[in-house]
Amino acid sequence: MNWYRFASPQAFYPLAGRMIPWFWALAAIFGIAGLVVGFLVAPGDARQGEGYRIIFLHVPASWMSMFIYLVMAFWAGLGLIFNFRLSHMMARALAPTGAMFAFLSLWTGSLWGKPMWGTWWAWDARLTSELILLFLYVGFIALQAAIDDPRRADRAGAILALVGVVNIPIIYFSVKWWNTLHQGSSVNLAKSSMAATMLCGMLLCALACWMYAIAVSLARARRIMIEREKDTLWVREEVMKEAKGGM
Amino acid sequence: MLRVITAVIARDLRLALRRRADIAAALFFFVIVVSLFPLGVGPEPERLREIAPGVLWVAALLAAQLSLPRLFADDFRDGALEQLALTPPPLELVALGKIVAHWLVSGLPLALLAPLLGLQFGLSGEALAMLAAALFIGTPALSGIGAIGAALTLGVRGGGVLVSLLILPLYTPVLIFGAGAVEATVAGIGAQAHLSLLAALTLAGVFFAPWPVAAALRIALE
Amino acid sequence: MYWNSLSDFFAMGDHGLYVWGSFAVMAALMILEPVLLARGRKKLLERLRRQYRAEAIERESPRRAGTPEARP
Repeated sequence: MNWYRFASPQAFYPLAGRMIPWFWALAAIFGIAGLVVGFLVAPGDARQGEGYRIIFLHVPASWMSMFIYLVMAFWAGLGLIFNFRLSHMMARALAPTGAMFAFLSLWTGSLWGKPMWGTWWAWDARLTSELILLFLYVGFIALQAAIDDPRRADRAGAILALVGVVNIPIIYFSVKWWNTLHQGSSVNLAKSSMAATMLCGMLLCALACWMYAIAVSLARARRIMIEREKDTLWVREEVMKEAKGGM
Repeated sequence: MLRVITAVIARDLRLALRRRADIAAALFFFVIVVSLFPLGVGPEPERLREIAPGVLWVAALLAAQLSLPRLFADDFRDGALEQLALTPPPLELVALGKIVAHWLVSGLPLALLAPLLGLQFGLSGEALAMLAAALFIGTPALSGIGAIGAALTLGVRGGGVLVSLLILPLYTPVLIFGAGAVEATVAGIGAQAHLSLLAALTLAGVFFAPWPVAAALRIALE
Repeated sequence: MYWNSLSDFFAMGDHGLYVWGSFAVMAALMILEPVLLARGRKKLLERLRRQYRAEAIERESPRRAGTPEARP
């Protein structure tokens, strides 16, 4: 299979259009299954009662926020090295979804912290790093939004994403070190052995978020493609074709 | 190679000397921000001593990034940057020279001035020396990381605020270890580990930053 | 099934506010994002269609050049 063929937006646009519904379906299936397992089947936690069920939302959101940044940096690096238009578009399409998951991770983490730690916000190493990750997403989006020339915006954003991805481990370990030094404000989440059903529910929810992220970012990438290449023949044809197809 | 760097540094310092007011403004900004804190939190010496390392470091971060938007902007506008990019010495070396020059006019004066402000917060002599040392070791990393942000936002509208948005999150490790070194000294534990990590950050920052800076400058010049 | 009654399920052992607060915001955002995307896409397509039509008319009226749709 010739993968280079799909590196052009023209070839990728219809392919992505066909793939998106499948990812939506998978997201819905995994999501419903995960929520059923997590909220209906899984037993309560001995230490944390029922409040622990936020884990089924919080952990997938946190994972996705970190994973999406890595994927974004991967596409950005690929775009920088090989000058693929498509990979820059993917990087740009992923950023808002990643930022949303970072926000959700903070929101659910805070709502989890209130009953568990007795406070809405603790300067816990993970929450703090997540907050900085959100700042990094915001910086990336703001930089790309501020530059009018799309080519320059893509490449400047790519450099920023790569600088960010190199810095994330450093930031994480420095925050962790800082957190262990300041024992007073550190909170330790009791590590309870996780039942198999809990793990299963969490993985299903994470899969659902993953499929969701793919579907949304593909949809956004498609939009960026037609916006950027609106003067080309293929976009003209696609747009007119969809007009005939009805809405 | 060294000649290129020193030439860039000498040139930038000459230019900076012509605009002494800018350097002074950044330093006064530092002084004012630091002096506002006691007014905000109250004059109890105990509390002031406790927050001093963090306050001084945060104010130093903010002051060090004030001059960043101008780091490449003047050379960009008058075409000097374009010429530098066309000359044989690699743009990375020029970037390194620029970073060093920026540190000499922003980080270094901050490190020298900080102990004086630390006195206002009742820090001991030992802690004051550590504050100066930590700023001395840590601020080059700020100039390195900051140069990346300055190069990325070159000629972009709203560049000034954008630079802060891009680089302040990346400053966190420097802040943590820098303020941590002073706090450790205040608490009577050794600050050796903090200083080593701070030095590692600076070495990594100054060594690696020129590449993304040069890449970003090339993008801006296209 | 773990729960005895529906009210137990909603109470979440006195943590209902936190659990459902997390759930509601997460669900809302994960529905809102695709909806906004779909709306933006529809608007963009409409705008482009109008633009293309305007261009086509402009091109045809003075010298009746071939339209881009002529290609298969």
